[in-house]
Amino acid sequence: MNYCVGIDLGSTTTKAVVLGESGEVLGRGITNSRSNYEIACDVSVGEALISARFGLLEEALAAEGVEADRRKVQLEELEQGFREEQYRGDLRELGSVMGRLLEAGTYSAQEADAVTCVLDKMEQNAGSLYGRGKSRKSDFFRDLAGGEYLELVEGEAKTRALSFDRLVGLYDKAILEVENTVAHDESFSSRIKAALGRIPEQDALLAKAISAVVAMNLTKAGSVGTGYGRQTLPFAKEDIRSEILCHGLGAHAMFPNTRTVLDIGGQDTKAIQVDGNGIVTSFQMNDRCAAGCGRYLGYIADEMNIGLHELGPMACKSTRPVKINSTCTVFAGAELRERLSLGEKREDILAGLHRAIILRAMSLLARSGGIADEFTFTGGVAKNPAAVEALRKLIQENYGERTLNISPDSIYTGALGAAMFAQREWRRRHCA
Amino acid sequence: MSEEKQVFKDDSQLRQKTMIADHYSRLAAAPDTGEKSVYTFVPGNLTELIRNFDLLPVLPEINALQSAMRGKSKEYIAAAEREGHSEDVCTYVKCDVGMKRAGNVGPTGERLPDPDLLLLSYTGCFTFMKWFEILKQEYDCPVTMLHVPYQGEGEITDSMRKYVVDQIKQKIIPALEKASGKKFDIDKLREQLRRSAQAEDDLVAVLESAKNRPSPIDAYFGGVYYIGPIFTAFRGTEQAVDYYRLLNQEIQERVRLGKGPVTPDGEMKEERFRLVVEGPPNWTNFREFWKMFSEEGAVCVASSYTKVGGVYDTGFRHDPDRPLESLAEYCLGCYTNLNLPSRVDTLERYVREYQADGLLVNSIKSCNSFSAGQLMMLREVGDRTGVPCGFVESDLVDPRYFSGSNIKNRLESYFQMIEQKRGGVQV
Amino acid sequence: MSANRILELVESAEETYRDMSLASVKAWKEKTGGLAIGFMPIYVPRELLHAQGVLPVGIMGGGDDLEIIRGDAYYQSYICHIPRSTIELGLGGQLDCLDGMLFPAICDVIRNLSGMWKFEFPEKLSRYLDVPQDFTPEMGGEFYKSELLALIADLEKRGARPYDKEALRASIRLFNELGGIVRDLYALRRASPWKVPTAELYCLQRAATIWPVEEAITILREYHELVLADETRTPMDQARVVLAGSFCEQPPLGLIKTLERSGCYIVDDDFIQVHRWITRSLDVEGDPLEALVNGFLFDAMASPTRYCGDKTKGTELVTRVETAGAEGVLFCAPSFCDPALLDQPMAVASIEKAGIPWTAFRYSENNGQFQVIREQAGTFADSIKLWSGV
Repeated sequence: MNYCVGIDLGSTTTKAVVLGESGEVLGRGITNSRSNYEIACDVSVGEALISARFGLLEEALAAEGVEADRRKVQLEELEQGFREEQYRGDLRELGSVMGRLLEAGTYSAQEADAVTCVLDKMEQNAGSLYGRGKSRKSDFFRDLAGGEYLELVEGEAKTRALSFDRLVGLYDKAILEVENTVAHDESFSSRIKAALGRIPEQDALLAKAISAVVAMNLTKAGSVGTGYGRQTLPFAKEDIRSEILCHGLGAHAMFPNTRTVLDIGGQDTKAIQVDGNGIVTSFQMNDRCAAGCGRYLGYIADEMNIGLHELGPMACKSTRPVKINSTCTVFAGAELRERLSLGEKREDILAGLHRAIILRAMSLLARSGGIADEFTFTGGVAKNPAAVEALRKLIQENYGERTLNISPDSIYTGALGAAMFAQREWRRRHCA
Repeated sequence: MSEEKQVFKDDSQLRQKTMIADHYSRLAAAPDTGEKSVYTFVPGNLTELIRNFDLLPVLPEINALQSAMRGKSKEYIAAAEREGHSEDVCTYVKCDVGMKRAGNVGPTGERLPDPDLLLLSYTGCFTFMKWFEILKQEYDCPVTMLHVPYQGEGEITDSMRKYVVDQIKQKIIPALEKASGKKFDIDKLREQLRRSAQAEDDLVAVLESAKNRPSPIDAYFGGVYYIGPIFTAFRGTEQAVDYYRLLNQEIQERVRLGKGPVTPDGEMKEERFRLVVEGPPNWTNFREFWKMFSEEGAVCVASSYTKVGGVYDTGFRHDPDRPLESLAEYCLGCYTNLNLPSRVDTLERYVREYQADGLLVNSIKSCNSFSAGQLMMLREVGDRTGVPCGFVESDLVDPRYFSGSNIKNRLESYFQMIEQKRGGVQV
Repeated sequence: MSANRILELVESAEETYRDMSLASVKAWKEKTGGLAIGFMPIYVPRELLHAQGVLPVGIMGGGDDLEIIRGDAYYQSYICHIPRSTIELGLGGQLDCLDGMLFPAICDVIRNLSGMWKFEFPEKLSRYLDVPQDFTPEMGGEFYKSELLALIADLEKRGARPYDKEALRASIRLFNELGGIVRDLYALRRASPWKVPTAELYCLQRAATIWPVEEAITILREYHELVLADETRTPMDQARVVLAGSFCEQPPLGLIKTLERSGCYIVDDDFIQVHRWITRSLDVEGDPLEALVNGFLFDAMASPTRYCGDKTKGTELVTRVETAGAEGVLFCAPSFCDPALLDQPMAVASIEKAGIPWTAFRYSENNGQFQVIREQAGTFADSIKLWSGV
């Protein structure tokens, strides 16, 4: 089976979308971006292919007549098992890199012992992370293992009177190496089989479906890269499209009546106008500074010492938003501290900050030609309820009634557009 | 045949280089030869009048942009900012102040003479006035000012023309006489203006050659070189007449052969995009910036920047029969002295007449005269012509405001947008 | 009792200028049926408008109340704030009651705004008011006169009363009177800054660009008399400073109050120069148009927007410091303000030569945070007081 893939290499995450021969989305994959772009791309594509095979598996089960509820349970169980296998594999890799660093570096036997202890515990804990109904703070190995390691190593450092910072430094070094040198293989087959082995009651239909999907040959027919790091993507020049075009087309694919697209990502904000075919007619991007981008919220979250995803819900509690005029990233911390010292409530300040960010976006939108119906909002910030609320309100006030589209898969918009470009190119060649 | 062409090309470029280098050498030698210099500006300058008195013009903007091309502007600007010049203001000014601190060494590595006169001809840019107030504190020399009013209502009125002519007669000429010790020679001026008009004819032919497909020139990046002599020290000289005749011959030959423009990286092969560009170029990364266009097959077929010294393509010529009046009209007619509706009309006309695929704005942080209003101009031209419009930001001579990856990112998106629009639906 | 009345006057002034909908202008138009023309900061010859039955209305940006939605679509981030809030006001319909706008020659940004206005509001009068930078009567004077005549003609075309010499004389008398009161208030503040807090003077002056001149005269005169008589206003130990650079984009009122609270008496400033641009009363005997021209040529304030000619830049600031008996200078310019910021190093050179202490900061009209400025100005005031105590 042929597939086309689109890759969106962003400043914080790398996304991939895999399309089947008739243009249907087979799978989506995401990973954290890293200094080695090639590996970030490989990992995201690998993840997308895994999700594609899970999708195919569900189709196979459906074809076997397995009912939807049953399929759901089976697939969830399988996937949890699969992820656990993946995690354990990465953990082994981490262990071996750390082992090597410990031997080569200036670490004491005590430190080496502490780390081994921690790694052993992580190995033991792995099982408790996965299972039906379990969810994790992040599915990126770096975050997941990092969180575990920090928690465990802190205790070890205390009881053994070792430097916590040194042990954290070791992890940071090791994870970089693990991320940047180890390409995930696509050994879907072995992991899915291991995951199947974890399911207590055996099911012949499931085993059959898995064998069928494993046997399926997925052949890459085309790929297009886009995103922040596209200039350094391991692609030929003709396989690269600008993120503006990809976002425009991706948003059009998700919501065909889209005429205006707003994307607020980590480092940049884009306002795009598209026609009825998803062709970009005008666009504007934020200028040099990252004021008003997602990164700004990141600073605020750090300053408040809360998670990025907690900001929006907290801001939503505001009853009296504070008026904030500056969205300068550099001064974000100072502004926040002064507001707090003036006795303003956290939620009111946050509501003001969210509004300020959206105001910046409104400017870009106005520059690009305004907000036409329908309007699609994408990017990480589209997941933030306070930002969405502020946007909704400002649109109403300034442009009147508009349909506001936000897809749960909005983070994949650029990758989807890229995949569609790849698909078009493949078809063009294929038909010619 | 092609070798012969190569020689031709080298000839005009070489000649221009020599002309400019000679001028700087003459300036450097001025303290010994006794020649006197006048500091003045590019837009609507009075070169013929200055040279009527055998005075040598020095143009601080040119020094600043040359400093940037030689990689010196960063330290010069830093020096000026250390002295208290704000990071918010024009980097030409700061580069000039910094260059003075570093010994006033010009682009050829030789020291420039101190001015014998500061001739502030204040056209189309308010900052010029402040610039000369700053320079006045640096030098112990007379200053004279030509105030050129703005075409706020989109036309040159009799009272504007009279105001400028009166100032030339009653202030500028006496100041030049005093600085040079020579009498004003109206017959010589007529002769100079006749030569100006001749060179202007050739320049217009060169710039309008871009109406051909492919365009034989790049009228923005390449255009900068073409306007060099006429906007600086040479208008009204025999050298300028020869240079522009030669240049025009060369270009017409390229048209005949159906050749595209020559870029620093060789001759451009395929013309994929024809663009009109609004705004000055960036000087710190000039070649890198140009390459972002030429690599993609993008040719600038018309630009507003090449009209910054004076606008010739709507028919203006220096006129020996109306010497002072035509000098006044030249000053009044500079591109940045036009009001926004006139500027939009100009750009719209360029898009149509040069059959451009788009309008691109390079918005310059330093230059509010150009930049304030460009976003609206962009939308207006886009609405009127239907061509895609693009927008990038940089600065004149401050390397801190040139983000190569950012600009490349936008340009690529812009070019792809033009292409996509051109191709229509390709499902 | 009088304290309450002072408060009332100041509050009504603040209310007037903060009212973005220009209700007072609308009321005036309804009552008189006359034209109202907006003007940007620094200087326009309001006498001329008044003489033709036109209400001049000072439009000095959107301040810190206005949220910018569309204005940023017109301006890059490196351009000052006043044009974006002004266009925001225009697009938001708040200036609909104005029949036109005048854009005095302040800088390239305001100059270009005049062209943008022509695009956005083609049905309104929009005029760039060029002023000469040559100050001889035969050249700059003649040119300025032609600009004024063109303005007169424009106003007539819009239905304003035809130009009339006597009417202009009468208008000049009125504006002379207003200018006189403002100058008196500045003199009083120099002599007894505790009597005339700058934040109050600012609000009154600013509103006086919107009120009809007759009303402005009455209110400012009443204020002057009340503060003179108010014995409850007593001196404090504050540093006397001249505030320079805030002539176009206006600082938020909070910033002025912050400076005063941080221990500064502002004894001279660049605010709302239109009332003080011509530094003495204009001649009412001869040709009134000549009087306007001559006032501009010979009796205008020194300003970064005005070519300094043969004088050394910055010396006038030294004179102002001396005249005001000030102990230091606060350079308080809007971010990205070309005239103010290009002038500053020259002004600094002059005052340093004269041994006058200074400090500098920048603002934008919509600043909401003054903590850093408060600390900076406070430290500056303390250092001056310490110094003068030695």
